[in-house]
Amino acid sequence: MTDTLFINARLIDPVALTDTLGALLVRGGKIAEVFDTNPNAGDAQVIDCGGKCLAPGIIDIGVKVSEPGERHKESFRSAGRAAAAGGVTTIVTRPDTLPAIDTPETLEFVERRAQADAPVHVLPMAALTKGREGREMTEIGFLQDAGAVAFSDADRVVTDTKVFSRALTYARSLDALVIGHTQDPGLSKGAAVTSGKFASLRGLPGVTPMAERMALDRDIALLEMTGARYHASQITTARALPALERAKRNGLNITAGVGVHHLTLNEMDVADYRTFFKVKPPLRSEDDRVAVVQAVADGLIDVISSMHTPQDEESKRLPFEEAASGAVGLETLLPAALRLYHAEMIDLPRLFRALTLNPARVLGLEAGRLQAGAPADLILFDPDAPLQLDRSQLLSKSKNTPFDGARMQGKVLGTWVDGDRIWENA
Amino acid sequence: MTFRARHLLGIEHLHPTEITTLLDLADSYADHNRRGVAHRDVLAGLTQINMFFENSTRTQASFEIAGKRLGADVMNMEMQASSIKKGETLIDTALTLNAMHPDLLVVRHPHSGAVDLLAQKVNCAVLNAGDGKHEHPTQALLDALTIRRAKGRLHRLSIAICGDVAHSRVARSNIMLLGKMENRIRLIAPPTLMPSGMNEFGCEVFEDMEEGLKDVDVVMMLRLQKERMDGGFIPSEREYFHRYGLDAAKLAHAKPDAIVMHPGPMNRGVEIDGTIADDINRSVIQEQVEMGVAVRMAAMDLLAQNLRAARTETQGVMA
Repeated sequence: MTDTLFINARLIDPVALTDTLGALLVRGGKIAEVFDTNPNAGDAQVIDCGGKCLAPGIIDIGVKVSEPGERHKESFRSAGRAAAAGGVTTIVTRPDTLPAIDTPETLEFVERRAQADAPVHVLPMAALTKGREGREMTEIGFLQDAGAVAFSDADRVVTDTKVFSRALTYARSLDALVIGHTQDPGLSKGAAVTSGKFASLRGLPGVTPMAERMALDRDIALLEMTGARYHASQITTARALPALERAKRNGLNITAGVGVHHLTLNEMDVADYRTFFKVKPPLRSEDDRVAVVQAVADGLIDVISSMHTPQDEESKRLPFEEAASGAVGLETLLPAALRLYHAEMIDLPRLFRALTLNPARVLGLEAGRLQAGAPADLILFDPDAPLQLDRSQLLSKSKNTPFDGARMQGKVLGTWVDGDRIWENA
Repeated sequence: MTFRARHLLGIEHLHPTEITTLLDLADSYADHNRRGVAHRDVLAGLTQINMFFENSTRTQASFEIAGKRLGADVMNMEMQASSIKKGETLIDTALTLNAMHPDLLVVRHPHSGAVDLLAQKVNCAVLNAGDGKHEHPTQALLDALTIRRAKGRLHRLSIAICGDVAHSRVARSNIMLLGKMENRIRLIAPPTLMPSGMNEFGCEVFEDMEEGLKDVDVVMMLRLQKERMDGGFIPSEREYFHRYGLDAAKLAHAKPDAIVMHPGPMNRGVEIDGTIADDINRSVIQEQVEMGVAVRMAAMDLLAQNLRAARTETQGVMA
């Protein structure tokens, strides 16, 4: 295998938080060396980046691939290609499939399918409770041995605190990561949007943003009790931030993420009942959006995800309350996140800290860094290249993006996994 | 032509001059109805389909009579009993109906926004007869006409809307319409039945009935929508009546000539005392029902005019 040398690259380093010109050498699927000037190429294959950005590949926690059960919505092949095109080199898949991934046997199916069809790394999550029903914990030990990187009931909350505290305690003994959905189930029952003026105007059932803080408060109390390692998948409201900040300051093993849609859209985007904007939790107020973007820039919120959720046309072409929740995001994650950079709300190294380094740290991965020894999972992108999104051009099988027709900036020019180029945009 | 809308989906997108145009026409229909003057030529040759995905004897009858008075061929479809039980989606139902070439489609649906969705898929004029908790435009228009006839104007009035605002599409359409016509709107409800953010619509919000009713010109009562509640909004009907039911003592805080309205059907002894509802000096509830037919005649007349104009234009292009 020949070495690859990237020269004239604008290196986005999420560890040093720098954005400087330099070069990078890949050898044997790993980053061998990082240079601040172009070195002698020797017999390495040279890729001239032409001043464009070279960054670690995105690690996306919480991707729904609809296998098993709903392969017509998304398969490992289509999700893998969409990820490669979107600059995502690792997808961490959700267990909310049909059936749920709650046994080592179903987990093995996922791994086998991913291995056969997806060009990117696929790391599966498993359910925390059997059938995601919140009654009995899954075989966390066996599942971990079989490769589960985290345990989560996805968008379901384990309402029985006794069950949840036992699962957290057991997970702690195995140092297993538990990922929680922080929405109080009682308050959010039946809700389609966030309560407030917009919900009242449209006559849609709303949930108070307080539902998020309440669920986070509960989970923090249980962490204090059990000492488990915990990641809140989506923190989307200003009111939840002080609790998160306190929990971190008190030394609890807690991290938090947010979906890119909550960073770039708000409740008003639903407009005349546009169901592609129906996501879970619902889009928030502009004040919440700005507060959460700030929390990402400050590092309080650790991770940005696409929360990729494929839905077919039939499940979206319904009255808003009846329509399915979720939006695809693998291919729009980067240009959407770059809106924050272009709006000067965050710089590129901090943005990539949330897209690469922090998710790697949460999962204990070597990737997500531009450092010697790290896997050569890389993306080359032009942050300024304009595009108008056409949903019919998406590689995902499902086309339910809220960004259809949107003008965005940011094109992935190339994607490398373990040093091999898996995607190229001419 | 000052009524341009293709559909009547809500008050939100109507211009005040469109509202006035419609009310003027409805006013004349109301007089004609009283005198028994027929207008069977207005909608002659047009097919009106009433599609009710949610039960409503009163509204459906009102639309049916309005259509028949204007000469339309009216058909009622009981959608609850029909295709949705067989799993057909709303859009498929719309496309199926559209293929039968109706001219006017009157739709009621239990979900907010469902009528808007349906209107995107059909070629005929769509009238919203109530969608979820969103809008009920003809109710707001008939309320407006009733107020205008009783008070001689539809601006600079102080109007109280009382009761179950949270579950009421009638309240939303009325807030929109009365706001557009520059009235003062006071909303009175227990906090559990008041949607959030209502003060941002330019309404004054009250939890105390007597305080809220002070010196108002119009008292608009809302039906307690027990069927839309999943429990626990109010402790009991008798406590609700005690604190929010309209009786003579509470009504005494309004202006002496204040009128009392209710969209029906009434829960007597829950939101309104029977004697107030029947008091011919205060209650205009029967007149509201009467204006309902006139307003629906006017709405269908105007929409049919626009529909015919659009069709003539298309034919002109094709010829």
